[in-house]
Amino acid sequence: MNSYNFAYLDEQTKRMIRRAILKGLAVPGYQVPFASREMPMPYGWGTGGVQVSAAIMTPADRFKVIDQGSDDTTNAVSIRRFFERTAGVEVTETTTEATVIQTRHRIPEMPLTSGQILVYQVPIPEPLRFLEPSEVETRKMHSLEEYGLMHVKLYEDISQHGAIATAYAYPVKVEGRYVMDPSPIPKFDNPKLESPAIQLFGAGREQRIYALPPHTRVVSLDFEDFPFEANKADAACELCAADTSYLDEVIMDDAGHRMFVCSDTDFCASRRAAGHAGIQEAAI
Amino acid sequence: MASEALTGGFANAPHAAAIAFRGAMRAMAMPGVIEHIEGAAGPAPLSPAASALLLTLCDPETPIYLAGIHDTAAVRDWITFHTGAPLTDRARAMFALGTWDALAPHDAYAIGTSEYPDRAATLIVEMPALTAEGARLTGPGIEKEAALNLPDIPFCQANAALYPLGVDLFLTHGNAVAALPRSTKVR
Repeated sequence: MNSYNFAYLDEQTKRMIRRAILKGLAVPGYQVPFASREMPMPYGWGTGGVQVSAAIMTPADRFKVIDQGSDDTTNAVSIRRFFERTAGVEVTETTTEATVIQTRHRIPEMPLTSGQILVYQVPIPEPLRFLEPSEVETRKMHSLEEYGLMHVKLYEDISQHGAIATAYAYPVKVEGRYVMDPSPIPKFDNPKLESPAIQLFGAGREQRIYALPPHTRVVSLDFEDFPFEANKADAACELCAADTSYLDEVIMDDAGHRMFVCSDTDFCASRRAAGHAGIQEAAI
Repeated sequence: MASEALTGGFANAPHAAAIAFRGAMRAMAMPGVIEHIEGAAGPAPLSPAASALLLTLCDPETPIYLAGIHDTAAVRDWITFHTGAPLTDRARAMFALGTWDALAPHDAYAIGTSEYPDRAATLIVEMPALTAEGARLTGPGIEKEAALNLPDIPFCQANAALYPLGVDLFLTHGNAVAALPRSTKVR
């Protein structure tokens, strides 16, 4: 193959990450510190996700990478090629064929199944960080289960905007214990966090790993009179006519024309292959 | 050092450790699921599954406690040669290995601190058998309910009551491995 160790990282680093993953699975939602390594890509480009993927990958895996739902952005293509070269694993763009999926900021539309593993790239793992800058304080707040500040923040959203304005990285409570940042996925994806797949979260710059075992209870924070609502653009995809998928709004020209398309490219392409056509596709 | 200590490692360490870890991770993520891991063969009485767990997870950064019949010169030499892990007592161990009775007293191991619950020991318990019957398990990783022949139900209940603190168990027999993280409720 080449002169890299399997999946790039050295064995001792993988053991350290593997131990952190096991502790993360044993305490769902708790952020386990780990000794994040320099990777051949800048922090902020998914170094945490890449290290978790490298630690869990086996030679028999089929690997998929999405960046905000898309298989063909620079970030997704680079990471896919990285593991093709350093681990020699098969890669795919089809959600249902993948055994390990690394994702930046989306959960695939196609429901995941038992046996699949979803690896999230996380920029800021600490849900309380923008409310309390001190790590010493946030750690204390997690240990005392002191999450009043988060509810104050959501309440201030309501008093200012009339609704909870948080649209992505919407905080969740895991098994009634830890408040967790689900990474900057749209809140449309929050209900999918309760999944039969194993979900692992890696934050490289912030040196944290956390995890959700399958079927873990994940509740989006809300109030009785302002319940959580998973929303999306009120439109259908103009390529595949899907009206239940999360949509991106794309600017088409300088005259202000816009179109909505599925953010999940594999979902959209498979629907079009099955004969579904949106208004844009029908016009062509 | 006997030559027995030099054999029984992974033939292709990066691949074998990756495959063994996938099994261990699935076991920890889905309590009650029995996985099979192989590729390692430590000296008796080490089971192949426990041998593979040691090679996959232990290195010079992880002090190990060996209990009872597992605390033999052959096992100590094998662990030292293949992992470099230091051997220590119960309170300082990150990993402890032995039969359930030999590991007693079971409250002597690190259970983590409220600010760092990850600093808790992992016990690798060599079992006389491993079957999906006995104690009923619920919690993260389990859709409705799972069953597993646990060594000590009252201890596992008390351990779960400490959540988010507590020890995590790997249960091994032959090539089979199952896990009981502290998050699992036991009835």
